[in-house]
Amino acid sequence: MSEPITEADLQAYADGVLPAERRAAVAEWLAAHPEDAERIEAYRHLAQELRGTYQGVLDEPVPDRLMRSVGAARARRAAVMAAWIAIGVALGALAGWQLHELRPGALPAAESAAAMAHRAAVAHATYSPEVRHPVEVGADQEAHLVTWLSKRLGTQLRAPKLEAVGYTLVGGRLLPGEHGPVAHFMYQCNRGTRVTLYVRSDMGSNRSTAFRYSREGAVDVYYWVDSKLGYAVSSGDISKELLLTVANAAYQQLNPP
Amino acid sequence: MNESQRLVELIPRLRRYARALVGDRATADDLVQDTLERAWAKLHLYRRGTDLRAWLFTVMHNVHVNRVRAARITDPLEDEMPELAQRAPQGDGLLVRDLDRAITRLPAEQRAVLLLVTLEEMSYEQVAGALGIPIGTVMSRLSRARDKLRAMMLGQPAAAKLKLVK
Repeated sequence: MSEPITEADLQAYADGVLPAERRAAVAEWLAAHPEDAERIEAYRHLAQELRGTYQGVLDEPVPDRLMRSVGAARARRAAVMAAWIAIGVALGALAGWQLHELRPGALPAAESAAAMAHRAAVAHATYSPEVRHPVEVGADQEAHLVTWLSKRLGTQLRAPKLEAVGYTLVGGRLLPGEHGPVAHFMYQCNRGTRVTLYVRSDMGSNRSTAFRYSREGAVDVYYWVDSKLGYAVSSGDISKELLLTVANAAYQQLNPP
Repeated sequence: MNESQRLVELIPRLRRYARALVGDRATADDLVQDTLERAWAKLHLYRRGTDLRAWLFTVMHNVHVNRVRAARITDPLEDEMPELAQRAPQGDGLLVRDLDRAITRLPAEQRAVLLLVTLEEMSYEQVAGALGIPIGTVMSRLSRARDKLRAMMLGQPAAAKLKLVK
């Protein structure tokens, strides 16, 4: 004797997903239970009618706004790529100028901070369009990420909490800097715009700079130096004003009064 | 083919499901738009090689639950999710039939299961995965949804509860 027929079997029968043997057993059972047979037949009929009712939606033209919500990220990637090229040229020019005029490390704090803004913009343009691999270590391992980057930079780092201004941590990665490793944190808002925080610990300065702004191609950067630590907050996706709000929130947490 | 192209290809199916789920066209497309934006933002979390359609429906389910929660008007005695929007008045086209009105009267969680099984023709396992519920719950919701729907179409009250048919 086979397994008793359950309600789940009847549903699966109505959906036509039972294996042949079981299907035969259910059919046989239904032949002896006309009320259930009628009910299951009604279910099949309803399913057909349901598919028929909504079939037309599949053939409707997709509204532009829906196409745009997928296309937005592609457009952003193209914009950031253009920014990257612009910055690349600027950075090349800057590097040449540095080699000519100055030995590395001899830059006054303000000028080396400006060079950092360029590098931060390049890092932003490189990594922020990444859909699949934006970070090396994800925010699900935030404690590990911060410990690792702190160890490599030789100083205790923190990933600021930017939820209050609409950004959550995606994760971070280690980057090569001018003279040593750099920490790079990525944040994202619920519409997919990204902001990155670039942190270096080799500013070689015992001074601090004020909060500054620089536009690097299509990337906006706010940056500041706090003794040996240099910070830059970059984005190419959002307005300068909104980025200022985000950068300020990071600044308040990283440099508490 | 990359994920963005496949995402675009799946838009009509997302729209079909959303239309049946929430009723009117504008609200359904709002739901699809929120889903696509969220899917874009979260695409790095999608595991390549797994079923993108199932993942998208999971995203849509989460977005829908959040939207409903945000729109919820407190009704502590009601354990079914309330409707996001009132149905459009009759006469706005082919889709206004008795069946689609009956569907929007199903409890939301039963409606989701019924639509994924019948419209999307997902396996019960896929439905369980997309909605984050055990397969037994899929089966019981499916059974209740059909029972209610059939009763509505016949103009009769649904049978009181699910039972094991010997």
